[in-house]
Amino acid sequence: MLRENQRRFKFDWLTIILFLLLVGFGYLNILSASHDGDIVNYFDTSQLYGKQLIFIGLTFVLIVLILSFEAKFYERFASIIYLVALLALMGLFLFGKEINGARSWYAIGSMTLQPSEFAKFATALAVAKYISDLQTNMQTLKDQLRVVAIIFVPALLILLQNDAGSTIVYLSFFFVFYREGLQQIYLIVALSLIILAVLALKFGMVTTAMACLIVLGLRYFLRKKKRASILQYLLVLGVAIGFSYGVKLFYEHGLKVHQQNRISLWLRLEKDPVKLERMKKDEAYNLIQSEQAISSGGLTGKGFLQGTRTTGKFVPEQETDYIFSTVGEEWGFLGSSFVVLVFVLLIIRVLYLAESQKSQFSRVYGYGVASILFVHFTINIGMVMGLIPTVGIPLPFFSYGGSGLWGFTILLFIFIKLDSNKINEW
Amino acid sequence: MRKLLLLTTVVLVGLVFIARLFYLQIYGGYEYDVFEDTAIRKVYNYPKRGYVYDRNGELLVANQPSYDVMVIPREVEPLDSLELNEFCKLLKITKEDYARKLERATNYSPRLPSPFVPQLSKTDYAVLQEKMRKYEGFYIQKRSLRSYQTTIGANVLGDIGEVNRSIIAQQPYYKLGDLIGKQGVEKTYEDILRGVKGIKFIQKDRFNKDIGPFKEGKLDTLPVPGKDITITIDSQLQAYGELLMTNKRGGIVAIEPSSGEILAMVSGPSYNPNLLVGRNRSENFNKLYRDSIAKPLFDRGLQAMYPPGSPFKTLNALVALQEGVVTTEERFSCAMGYRYGNRKMGCHAHRSPANMNIGIYESCNAYFANVYRRIMDKYDTPAEGMDNWSKHIKSFGLGDYLNNDLSVGQPGKVPTAATYDRAYGKNRWYTTFTISNAIGQGEVLATPIQLANMAAAIGNRGYYYTPHIIKDIEGETIPTKFTTPNHTTIDKRHFEPVVEGMYDVYNKGTANMLQVKGIDICGKTGTAENFAIIDSVKTQLTDHSIFVAFAPKDNPKIAIAVFVENGYFGSRFAGRMASLMIEYYIRGEITRKDMENFVLRYSLEHEYEKPYSGESFGINRQTTLEPISEEEFQNLLKLKAEIPKS
Repeated sequence: MLRENQRRFKFDWLTIILFLLLVGFGYLNILSASHDGDIVNYFDTSQLYGKQLIFIGLTFVLIVLILSFEAKFYERFASIIYLVALLALMGLFLFGKEINGARSWYAIGSMTLQPSEFAKFATALAVAKYISDLQTNMQTLKDQLRVVAIIFVPALLILLQNDAGSTIVYLSFFFVFYREGLQQIYLIVALSLIILAVLALKFGMVTTAMACLIVLGLRYFLRKKKRASILQYLLVLGVAIGFSYGVKLFYEHGLKVHQQNRISLWLRLEKDPVKLERMKKDEAYNLIQSEQAISSGGLTGKGFLQGTRTTGKFVPEQETDYIFSTVGEEWGFLGSSFVVLVFVLLIIRVLYLAESQKSQFSRVYGYGVASILFVHFTINIGMVMGLIPTVGIPLPFFSYGGSGLWGFTILLFIFIKLDSNKINEW
Repeated sequence: MRKLLLLTTVVLVGLVFIARLFYLQIYGGYEYDVFEDTAIRKVYNYPKRGYVYDRNGELLVANQPSYDVMVIPREVEPLDSLELNEFCKLLKITKEDYARKLERATNYSPRLPSPFVPQLSKTDYAVLQEKMRKYEGFYIQKRSLRSYQTTIGANVLGDIGEVNRSIIAQQPYYKLGDLIGKQGVEKTYEDILRGVKGIKFIQKDRFNKDIGPFKEGKLDTLPVPGKDITITIDSQLQAYGELLMTNKRGGIVAIEPSSGEILAMVSGPSYNPNLLVGRNRSENFNKLYRDSIAKPLFDRGLQAMYPPGSPFKTLNALVALQEGVVTTEERFSCAMGYRYGNRKMGCHAHRSPANMNIGIYESCNAYFANVYRRIMDKYDTPAEGMDNWSKHIKSFGLGDYLNNDLSVGQPGKVPTAATYDRAYGKNRWYTTFTISNAIGQGEVLATPIQLANMAAAIGNRGYYYTPHIIKDIEGETIPTKFTTPNHTTIDKRHFEPVVEGMYDVYNKGTANMLQVKGIDICGKTGTAENFAIIDSVKTQLTDHSIFVAFAPKDNPKIAIAVFVENGYFGSRFAGRMASLMIEYYIRGEITRKDMENFVLRYSLEHEYEKPYSGESFGINRQTTLEPISEEEFQNLLKLKAEIPKS
């Protein structure tokens, strides 16, 4: 009996503590970012902070629910869950409600639910399920294509709903695939493509072509043994230059103006002061406001509920995507570094647990959890601090919103449940 | 290896983020300053500026409200041409002005308020106020402007004007558009008159809408009203002095010897202080400032350094008595001058030989040349003699700043041995080189206020109070440096013969035409040669007329120095004006109407035109007195009648 109990509560408490820290601190910042003057009632559901408190309350119900299922349930029903998520996404085209140009919500009374937040854990489960299948070999192209298809379908559906930000999150599965045996060449190619794209946009085609030539030339002459033929080198060079040109063309003609401007701001491409001035009031407005708010926090910040920019709601979307600017302003360098640290620790902890799993399903899923959290964390905070072009995705556990909070909670706690069960795995 | 990719990436991203946070929040050196915070609107509440009263309680300077249109360029919404037209019409500016002013403000700072159109009149304000909310980024700031209750004393009262950027850089209290004392007592007593402005911090939202007080108003302050001050000026005497100075250039300074209080401080030409109030201030100021011939902003009572001439002889007499080198009865002969070597210092015809009394009232150059030599030759070297003499002279407040509470001043000059060492080489000069000092020429320079102070020190028989303009500050005491006497190096007993000599100047000497029945005046005439460079030729102009006096002889109530540029000999203009001022102050009315008529009737404008006429001209003896028209003369009499009687 004692053993039974011990086993039941063998959850990884460190992860849970980190999770609670993020949710709690997140709530304080939402309170700051959304209150209008006096806070009369913390449960006032006409206010965002009141709603968030309800969401957090429901989250604990959700956690109990998730933990009370058998661990095997998730593996067994992974495909079903995935299909339900896909159906939910598709249903949006019929019943979805459009907010800010994205058709991503179901409206149930006054509440809205965003299925794309739930599709993440569903996809992670499906990917884990597929990869952990004994038949699957990630080294083969066939399986690679199939597993890519698993993430491609929800990603495409979300993109069609005009939510480009959430689509990018699905790239995080690359880390999972790589961990599970994807060839190194993919990593090299991916990195090269990113570098080529940035080079082409920032420095133009001539510089990019020269750089390709030099790198490939060096490689050709330094590698005397097992050298591929010059034709192959020329082919690679051609593809590289072609790709760069394609990126440039796509940037100039394929992107919407606001997307183009975001990239232009990020890479500091625009030199015309008049256009820059206009961008400052437009695409760069959020960024400038949030950078100023963060900067004004200094070492220790202005104090809880004391942020002048937060109180004045200078940063649009400050309770959702830009919540980190409130942390920066009110809690300063110490507070914001703390948040960064807690995220890094949480992700590392999940990674560590994933590696220690005996079942491949648990490991792959854990890896998926870590990757998804990591991509959200990186893109969101990077964007708020002006390191990454503006992409609208929430900061896990922090940003206001029920769907997001629940989506991430389910994502994390399924893994905690799986982890607690590893003692039974053989 | 495969396990490490995500791990290292996570750690790397974490480090990059913390580095970025460090860069933004700490390296940026950002210290939170609520004044820099654009999310907080700062609303200033300007206190009442203190009033200025004269010594008889007459209100001289009060306040009037004024309204500045301020702009915060960043918040300005572009106006369509209709709105622009209307806005420009309301402000009475052109569209070009609008663009220019907006650009200027933007250049200063896009986010800090700058004055856009300062100092609207009440009627303009009333019309504009209703429509103001249509123009985003603009608002009206109420301020308080000066309202002068008088037309006199511009040089005494001074004025206030907008702070410039260098003042803001030095004194962060001031913000662009704030007003500060620029001249006169407004400048010296700025801190007292100004008070402290109150400030309200208001939290804004991103639509620039006020959403409530910042930190529940904990940081807000109430304005502290400026304190009223009473100045030592007697506004009637000041008005009368300015009237006498009409059509002349020069300075009058009158001091109450028993306290050092400045009773009048006239500089001619003067101007109406109301010119420097309101929207036309800069235009009017420029006109005054650019008048490089009459120099109305140059306070001749305080800033003009002239050779003091004969009044200076009284000091030499005092020094000689103190040093014991002459007795009052010792006589020196004068044969129309004093010969030394092959040179001669001229003198006029008078009784000879002269004792001290005669020397003073006849202003005998030869007498004082002898006395001066005795003072110098008492010591082994001319240098020792010179330094000893210099020490005595300086104890009368000459040769250095008086360290008073006036906004401008000049040190004048009293030479020391070092002065001549520099000019001739150490020990390569003799008393004869410096003999001009005996009669107040040579290297000595003094301002009218210093001469008035000197007269006060003689009238007090040996001490003076630093001349000052502040009489009373609401709820404060005036600095002790104005209430502690400064003692001269001359013993009290030596003053009687000199005072007696100055009294005889009026009785039988160079000023015997200026007597006022019933008032014992002691005075000393002076005449100073002066030169101008005309077409690169040094040309002598008509002498400056100088007069120094105090009255009554015992327990004097007033000490005065008058200086009239190119007024010729001392008693002609300066002497008359000094006697009139004394009578006006002591008696309250004028019995010597003849003197008053003379001073009012004759103008010196023609003298001042001479150097610019391009023609050759005569000076001194060859000058004529030119009367003003009868109409102008009657106007001046009318002005005199309008001086309020207390």
